[in-house]
Amino acid sequence: MRTRTRQRTFGVVAVVIALIWMFPVYWMLNSSFLPYNRIRAAEPTFLPLNGTVSAYGRVFDSNFFDTLRVSATVTGITVVAALLFAFLAALALSRFRFKGRRSFILAVLIIQMIPAEGLFISQFKLLEGWQLLNSVIGLSLLYIAAVVPFTIWMLRGFVNGVPRDLEEAALVDGCSRLQAFFRITLPLLAPGLVASGVYAFLQAWNEFTLSLVIMTRPENMTLPLWLRSFTESNRISDWAGIMAGSVLVAVPVMIFFLLVQHRMTSGLVSGAVKG
Amino acid sequence: MPPSPTSSASSRAEERAGRDQGPGRPTPPTTWTGRGPAGDVAPRRPRRPRRSPLPYALLVPALAVLVAALGYPLYRQAVMSFQEYGLAQQFGQPPEWVGLDNYVTLVTDSYLWTVIARSIVFCVANAAITMVAGTALAVLMTLVGRGPRLTLQIGLLLAWAMPHLASLTVWQWLFDSQYGVINWLLVNLGLDQFAGHSWLIDQLSFFTVATVIVVWMSVPFVAFSVYAGLTQVPGELYEAAEIDGSTAWQRFRQITVPLVKPVLLIVALLQIIWDLKVFTQIFVLQDAGGITAETNLIGTYIYRLGLGEGEFGLAAAASWFVLLLTVALSLYYVRVLVREEEL
Repeated sequence: MRTRTRQRTFGVVAVVIALIWMFPVYWMLNSSFLPYNRIRAAEPTFLPLNGTVSAYGRVFDSNFFDTLRVSATVTGITVVAALLFAFLAALALSRFRFKGRRSFILAVLIIQMIPAEGLFISQFKLLEGWQLLNSVIGLSLLYIAAVVPFTIWMLRGFVNGVPRDLEEAALVDGCSRLQAFFRITLPLLAPGLVASGVYAFLQAWNEFTLSLVIMTRPENMTLPLWLRSFTESNRISDWAGIMAGSVLVAVPVMIFFLLVQHRMTSGLVSGAVKG
Repeated sequence: MPPSPTSSASSRAEERAGRDQGPGRPTPPTTWTGRGPAGDVAPRRPRRPRRSPLPYALLVPALAVLVAALGYPLYRQAVMSFQEYGLAQQFGQPPEWVGLDNYVTLVTDSYLWTVIARSIVFCVANAAITMVAGTALAVLMTLVGRGPRLTLQIGLLLAWAMPHLASLTVWQWLFDSQYGVINWLLVNLGLDQFAGHSWLIDQLSFFTVATVIVVWMSVPFVAFSVYAGLTQVPGELYEAAEIDGSTAWQRFRQITVPLVKPVLLIVALLQIIWDLKVFTQIFVLQDAGGITAETNLIGTYIYRLGLGEGEFGLAAAASWFVLLLTVALSLYYVRVLVREEEL
């Protein structure tokens, strides 16, 4: 019985911590539904009963949709290009043995650790020289380079997981190499491609530092930049609007994130516990 | 140490190795593996590697992007750090070669050292708090029933999934001096000095807020990774130890910690790397009212030096500190990872 009560005590502790941890997320949602007079009251309102969605209207009246379009374009280009390039590279690394293969894998691992914070000055100069500052193409190029290493690493694991015997069996059965690839390998890789695609999406959608450096004009802002400037201009007057903006930026991303969370943890520390 | 049967990566590797070494397997009819029949056996090199250009062709797109967007800037950065490259050069004057001048300027500038020391203190403090809290929560997950565990996991996942900018915005609202719920709570707990308290103006309190935010964001990753490690420790070990009369604490110290140590090491290392280059959190909080000179860490310092003051040469030289520091730490991470994974 002693263990029973102990487990129960720990259970209560766990739930309390969980509530504290999710409180900021709840508070964001809650505040976004409050009208002016209630968000600026002496006592905070903990439940948005009789709330309003007018704050969302104020967000839509700002340049939210213009920045949404910029973000969507940059992210789209990044996801498609990164997936394609990384997939080709992963095929090479997983299915072939060639000179320089090991060094390439090592380089990929090291490169993914290069921080934007250590390189953005010269990346800014580079795009400036190519007349690509404030351009979707320029920013996408930097994003592709930023996500491709980890995407290669992730996809390589997935390609390794597709037994080559399956392809060979298809070849024996009279498929051409191309047919074997499209009918056997690609469908088996679909989950991996989805996971890597979502990873690239999250990175590009949420990225702040590089877009701050590259997109200097207000009309080229990405969503994180927009949220920052929207906060700056409404800090004094409209926290409900700011929270509504945060909700719009956060919720779609959170849904995607929950889909791939598991793979991202296992990718980073895979194989570390071996007993 | 006994092999853990549930480690997916290792079992995958073993499976693969077993398959590859299987005798009498039919060899692919063409050169598409680029290997001889015996080439599959892991450590041995194929006797005559066939030079198929196909793998190289497949690598070209990825390689091209990496060279253009990372390799060339790295080279540019190296060159620029030896040049006088300020606003005049920005407007067309050719940059002048000044050798190590930028580095000398930086190294003799006591402010850079202040910033570096501050970054290291911030990084170590944040990484330590995150690791302790994350590990504690992971252990807690193993001690509770299904319901509380799921609740805790959902709470952590929500925090983890929030985009950084959205989190930062919400935390600014929580810490708002007038209507923030944190000040309200503290005042109601009897701490009247927090009425209308401005959190970001004072240096120490600025970094307290930054630490709260960074820890809140980073703990979930640590907790989930360590929990995954904990669930792979075979239960028989605990049973055996219990029969031998050990206490719970002894079992934790003697069984859990050593077995989970590799995960702890990797996660701690990643945490240090990430906390060292923290930029967004500091930058946004500075925007929201922090005093820049007192709160700069390496990342924001370089940003303000380069894009704020136009001192590109100096900023490029300073960037090397971040790069070398991170890459040095990363090399260790890569070594651990490479030892565990079959390349």
